[in-house]
Amino acid sequence: MAKTTDHLGRPVVAVTGIGLITSLGVGTEDNWQALTSGRSGIRQISRFPIDHLNTQISGMVDFLKSSSEGPSPLTYEMAETVAIEAIAQSGLDDHDLAGPLFLAAPPVELSWKSRLGLYAAASEAEGYQRLLSAARRQNNSEIFDTVQFGTIAGHLSDRFGTRGLPITLSTACASGATAIQLGVEAIRRGEADRALSIGADGSATEEAVIRFSLLSALSTHNDPPQKASKPFSKDRDGFVLAEGAAALVLESLDAARARGATVLGILAGCGERADDFHRTRSKPDGSPAIAAVRAALEDAGMAEDGIDYINAHGTSTPENDKMEHLSLATVFGERTRKIPISSNKSMIGHTLSAAGAVEAAFSFMTMLEGVIPPTINYDNPDPAIDLDVVPNVKRSADVGTVLSNSFGFGGQNACLVMAREPV
Amino acid sequence: MSPNDVVITGIGLVSALGVGSDAHWQRLTAAAPEPVVDALRFAPYTIHPLPEIDWNLQIAKRGDQRQMETWQRLGTYAAGLALDDAGVKGNDALTATMDMVVAAAGGERDETVDSAILAASASRTDHGILLNEKLTTELRPTLFLAQLSNLLAGNISIVHKVTGSSRTFMGEEGSGVSAIDTAAAGIRSGRSTHALVGAALNSDHAETLLAYELGGYLHRGPWKPVWDRAGAEGGGVVSGTGAAFLVLESREHAEKRGVPIYAKLDRVVSDNARRSHDDLSAEIEKLLRKADPEGSAGLVISGASGAHTATNAERQALKRLPSAAIRAFSTLTGHMKEAQFPFAIALAALAIRHGSAYPSFDRHVEKDSAGEPKAALATAVGFYRYEGAALVSKA
Repeated sequence: MAKTTDHLGRPVVAVTGIGLITSLGVGTEDNWQALTSGRSGIRQISRFPIDHLNTQISGMVDFLKSSSEGPSPLTYEMAETVAIEAIAQSGLDDHDLAGPLFLAAPPVELSWKSRLGLYAAASEAEGYQRLLSAARRQNNSEIFDTVQFGTIAGHLSDRFGTRGLPITLSTACASGATAIQLGVEAIRRGEADRALSIGADGSATEEAVIRFSLLSALSTHNDPPQKASKPFSKDRDGFVLAEGAAALVLESLDAARARGATVLGILAGCGERADDFHRTRSKPDGSPAIAAVRAALEDAGMAEDGIDYINAHGTSTPENDKMEHLSLATVFGERTRKIPISSNKSMIGHTLSAAGAVEAAFSFMTMLEGVIPPTINYDNPDPAIDLDVVPNVKRSADVGTVLSNSFGFGGQNACLVMAREPV
Repeated sequence: MSPNDVVITGIGLVSALGVGSDAHWQRLTAAAPEPVVDALRFAPYTIHPLPEIDWNLQIAKRGDQRQMETWQRLGTYAAGLALDDAGVKGNDALTATMDMVVAAAGGERDETVDSAILAASASRTDHGILLNEKLTTELRPTLFLAQLSNLLAGNISIVHKVTGSSRTFMGEEGSGVSAIDTAAAGIRSGRSTHALVGAALNSDHAETLLAYELGGYLHRGPWKPVWDRAGAEGGGVVSGTGAAFLVLESREHAEKRGVPIYAKLDRVVSDNARRSHDDLSAEIEKLLRKADPEGSAGLVISGASGAHTATNAERQALKRLPSAAIRAFSTLTGHMKEAQFPFAIALAALAIRHGSAYPSFDRHVEKDSAGEPKAALATAVGFYRYEGAALVSKA
């Protein structure tokens, strides 16, 4: 039996439960089938009018009860749903998880629906003065809840019986990976035997689409929508905004074995590094991303040749894919071309705060099933990016280890190393 | 004593009272500390406004200043003060390996654009199209970056070169508690040697007030001390603009650098009381006893918000604790949400370093203290949820 402590004598962290929602559907099984079939979840936006918008497509989760209720209710519903799935798989009690909660979630704001509703509910004064007096009169706890940053995690903590003060975090597009990292650290420090890490993002509002659009971050390839996300392609023109969620039940390998749980994989290493170059662009030499990859490998006690597959950040923006390639080529050298790498975002778009968790979930599935999901829409390769992107069709492969990258605005770089067995 | 003790070596403070930890110490230890308030701008609400501040002192590039909204400038400024104070600023070897945990809410909306949309909504029914029309043409493209929660940390990385790691926690007072707790846990475990942790809030902004008032939490009418708002109109919170950043360090790391230590951060405890079921004051009492099991604290720096239920519960809990001088600083600074807990710890550490407590901020409730506090409790009982406390003592 393998050791239950790692190369630094810390408890090995196992994954015993996985839950998933993306625009492809609800549940790990359905998502995996769709993803490995190369199906796209990107569609024309139907949640709000698309008049005047340059980008009219997204990977929204439009099939849940709260899909049209606004970001907070949808983010909560997705987080709850994936946590139920993950905890059920782990065999733990979903009303008494008895470990800390780490939630990666989008920053909250008063929705336009509520904002306009408040404004219409009063007649005196104008602008924010009127909103304030309407707020004072209505004292509406539901709307209040939607604008408190700690509410979603609080409700999740109540629902699942997690312990202590739940942490809600944002490291932009690296948030999901950070939520997992925080869970890993809590277990390694011996503060907890188990933790629940969730990434959930239901914030694809009209204002979100417009904000990213104004930063020229989104693809405007509206027709056909499923062709818009084309990571590593020469004609890639931005990412596709999307929603989704994933939950992982993390446990010390000792604790998981002691209760006879099925171990789905090992969270072997986490690395992070901040970039001080620019708010949206990475340092031209890629050094922060390179340092984050190396830190994750070092944390896992693994050499560069230990990685079998890379789950790319692969957003399909001109900048990201170029910089990600540069970083990987620097770390892996000659071998880079030989490591299969694919972008889940080619099918599900960019699930923002959830992406790191969603892609970690898919990474574990990749190892468990021995199948690498493809990078679809790879019809026009970028000659400057020489990678084996597992183009367009899934591939069977024995994958024992995965590196998953997450890079975000604000200089956020976080990388995870996952393994099928303890390393 | 352990090499991995968590010690405080840098403090950066901004509030309506002024800029910097010295200014705060001076103002708060004056014979009769007076608040700075603005009762007109958002009447019937009072706020504690932004003090006079020369951004250039901590954010050298105008271009960087332009890229930030006020809360980010405030936080970046206070972070710079803390780094300066700890002798870390400009030392690339130290900033490149420094961990960072920021507690943040969202940023600031463009009130002009929002107001124009709201005004137009009264005469139109196609609100979805109205939003697209106005938002696509009137939003400043880079405003989004001044709104994203994690971009306070992002700006600190850019301006002060703190790049070891960067995490942003969200969730009102509780996120400030978790930020300190997580940074300290990293140091205690030996994974981290030095960390920057803190938060900022801009209350000179209607959106900030709205987030409270949607739940009816704001105090109305004339300003009163935090403990005395129960019978007054409104919900009891007077919001304040401010920021608090701390440099936390392992004792070994600080001693090797030979820098002065303010105080030791002994323990951070937190809770998520089910306020609708639990007796909140009993929960707070338990929490405080957990933070200070030996009852060593001669001073309590309370982050009480003024929110009626939470503030009353904290007062009842404090009454049941061993006698200590209680100082609720929000009386003078206003409530700073995410920054509340870091601010409380900063004031506690200042008192330990100076070896004296603050005079009473509220003659009716807070009794005068005698002697030198060897340890101080810092509290942050969330105005609607989450509770935290820490014990700070002589290093």
